[in-house]
Amino acid sequence: MKLLSAFRSSYLNRRGSTFRSLDPSSFDGAFIPKPSPSSIFWLAIHCLCCLISLILGFRFSHLVLFFLFSTSVTNLYTTTAGVSQLLQLKPSEKANVTAKSSRVVVGRHGIRIRPWPHPNPIEVMRAHQLLERVQKEQKSLYGVRRPRAVIAVTPTYVRTFQALHLTGVMHSLMLVPYDVVWIVVEAGGKSNETASFVGKSRLKTIHVGFDQKMPNTWEDRGKLESKMRIQALRIVREEKLDGIVVFVDDSNMHSMELFDEIQNVRWFGALSVGILAHSGNADELSSVLKTNQEGKPLSMPIQGPSCDSSGKLVGWHVFNTQPYATKTAVYVDDKAAVMPSKMEWSGFVLNSRLLWKESAVDRPAWVKDVNNLLDGNEEIEDGPLSLVKDPSMVETLESCGRNVLLWWLRVEARADSKFPPGWIIKSPLDITVPSERTPWLDSSSKLPVVTKEEKNNQPATEKRSGKPRGSKSKNNRGTQEPKTTRSRK
Amino acid sequence: MKLTSWVLIFLACNLAFSTISAFRLSRSQPTERISGSAGDVLDDNPVGRLKVFVYELPSKYNKKILQKDPRCLTHMFAAEIYMQRFLLSSPVRTLNPEEADWFYVPVYTTCDLTPNGLPLPFKSPRMMRSAIQLIASNWPYWNRTEGADHFFVVPHDFGACFHYQEEKAIGRGILPLLQRATLVQTFGQRNHVCLKEGSITVPPYAPPQKMQSHLIPGKTPRSIFVYFRGLFYDVGNDPEGGYYARGARAAVWENFKDNPLFDISTEHPTTYYEDMQRAIFCLCPLGWAPWSPRLVEAVIFGCIPVIIADDIVLPFADAIPWEDIGVFVDEKDVPYLDTILTSIPPEVILRKQRLLANPSMKQAMLFPQPAQPGDAFHQVLNGLARKLPHDRSVYLRPGEKLLNWTAGPVADLKPW
Repeated sequence: MKLLSAFRSSYLNRRGSTFRSLDPSSFDGAFIPKPSPSSIFWLAIHCLCCLISLILGFRFSHLVLFFLFSTSVTNLYTTTAGVSQLLQLKPSEKANVTAKSSRVVVGRHGIRIRPWPHPNPIEVMRAHQLLERVQKEQKSLYGVRRPRAVIAVTPTYVRTFQALHLTGVMHSLMLVPYDVVWIVVEAGGKSNETASFVGKSRLKTIHVGFDQKMPNTWEDRGKLESKMRIQALRIVREEKLDGIVVFVDDSNMHSMELFDEIQNVRWFGALSVGILAHSGNADELSSVLKTNQEGKPLSMPIQGPSCDSSGKLVGWHVFNTQPYATKTAVYVDDKAAVMPSKMEWSGFVLNSRLLWKESAVDRPAWVKDVNNLLDGNEEIEDGPLSLVKDPSMVETLESCGRNVLLWWLRVEARADSKFPPGWIIKSPLDITVPSERTPWLDSSSKLPVVTKEEKNNQPATEKRSGKPRGSKSKNNRGTQEPKTTRSRK
Repeated sequence: MKLTSWVLIFLACNLAFSTISAFRLSRSQPTERISGSAGDVLDDNPVGRLKVFVYELPSKYNKKILQKDPRCLTHMFAAEIYMQRFLLSSPVRTLNPEEADWFYVPVYTTCDLTPNGLPLPFKSPRMMRSAIQLIASNWPYWNRTEGADHFFVVPHDFGACFHYQEEKAIGRGILPLLQRATLVQTFGQRNHVCLKEGSITVPPYAPPQKMQSHLIPGKTPRSIFVYFRGLFYDVGNDPEGGYYARGARAAVWENFKDNPLFDISTEHPTTYYEDMQRAIFCLCPLGWAPWSPRLVEAVIFGCIPVIIADDIVLPFADAIPWEDIGVFVDEKDVPYLDTILTSIPPEVILRKQRLLANPSMKQAMLFPQPAQPGDAFHQVLNGLARKLPHDRSVYLRPGEKLLNWTAGPVADLKPW
């Protein structure tokens, strides 16, 4: 219709006639007007009105017709409360030639505006209720038939970055639209720190302690975490929790679609995990890329199932650790990239019924009997795939792992980094170093706040030196000083 | 004993069948059967119920025009071209005119386009007249009934009135030679000169592949309450406002421009089709003519159409119960549109969405190539079949003449 209007304007420009011609005999493209007296008369009136309009500056013909022929004269916009009114002009004479009278009239109509044309909050609320109802219906049609509970297993321990990681996990789980049971296994025993996160989450939680302390090498950590996860699976078996077990590592990031997708798993499923093997050191990453340039193209940082064209599971993508061969982190606080293990636990989900003692009959043949493992008689060897006898039967989720729904990341602070317990600074700071020069001579209202921050910054840089390293906070201090010197001037 | 076992087997089969069909339905949106005033006719198969004879007109009436401007294949008036192509290869076509119930005249009257792509209707009356003169002189079937068993596709703005401006169209009226023929047109408004009794209203052409390629997964939640993209004021042709759309579009803008429930603007987003699938209501107000392709788009994308056009006649109105599917708002009630829409009970909204999800409903609005069962071509044929058998008055006595061949503006009488 926009094109049509554009055309019309061009046509009119060509023809040079007004749009609403008062001339009843229509002026068509290839039409020769019949010179009848009435048409000449109207033409003359029309020309006269045009001239007067030119002089007066508004459409005189409009006004004349209005005054001569209109039956009801009312205002277009009204400020009085009540019914909105409209301006009705005499419609063009050629309308309603048919015998039946149409209530639709061709011609200029008023633009109806109600007295207070703004949203009504009650109606907005009703509309939102309608939206919710429609979306609920959509969910029941296209979403999951019978949503099962999500059992999230998180191994954790108290350290500087725990607050960062657990906050993320907690928020992700709180947003999950299904029932969630959060099993938190903590190395080094239960602590108040973790308990506060677990309590804040307002989810159904099970918080247990694990007797060993977290070691300092990534490899040993991995092993301990596996043991902690097995402990959690034992709890699932004992409590007979029903749902889908997801391994939610505290430093990983999960998308909301992940929790929708895992509802489709029947027994044992595999997902694609995006591997973010980053050390925070940009130079190192570029050197990695340089060594790769002459070789093969950099492979995808994905770990997960791989299918052939018919969708059947044929193998597993594994993160290519080759480029990082000599430069991987061994100790937790090494500055190098952290490598994932061959198959991360977080890329697998399982039906909690696999773990129950009684469901030996229902369990499919390709899944091992985990009771031995859970009873502590065996050791878990290579990761989650050792739970299945036949890895090719593992179900693949999200179109064979084409969509990456979660990301694996390992980032930790230095081993000796300290942080205030519960991130609350209760006691007065024990190291106060007076600033070398008082940057301001006049006392202003901002003074006490700034000095407190200054004091906080200084001991903090000595206490806490996690990633980012001290360089960044040094920059902070650096930027502060020129600012203050400027204010001095 | 044997009887009971047979009964049990029969019941078991029934149960299995019903669960299978229930399972099939449960995976997709449950739908409701659509039956209009003519009954449950959307799925009727016209083959065998009527025979259509297609006149062989010289190519200057159709093919040459198309060759001059191939844009005619993609604009919203392309139905006339696709109708001919469909009929030429359809089983309802007959090569023997003696046994035909209906006669089709393939003349492309809406294919004279401006550089912008808009059809100019000025030569259309002459073209139509020339075509009719041709068939009247070369075949006896026109004179037999003076066109009462012929049908024409006239998809332009005001149908066979052949003008884009409503006043001028009303002034011209339907072409006198088409007074007895059946017109297949997009325009429909009750008690209007340009809608003849017995016309078949069809939807405007919308490219099916383009719409199919923009489908999004059904689980995307519908989060927009009311959606509209288009003009509110036509400043080029109607600078003062109030003429375009009889002031209805301007009223929508003025009343709801700051309402968060109404996602309305004049932009042309690339995600127009995707956005429609995320909306519950799509406004389909009148423009210069009451019909618009928005109705087709709304039906395809499952968005409930809110039709703001007084006395409009919607496509296939006897086969599709539009009252149950869309929401009709009088132009005078536009300022209260938000009250009207929010006071619709949720069950009614869900029912309308179920009706819209019916695949035969969506199919009936499209002109796919090649033709598929239940599409708009077949609905037209069904409509023609429902008008059979022809009334006795259709056939004229020899020598009787009802049409006035010299009526109409003088310029129309010139040869084409």
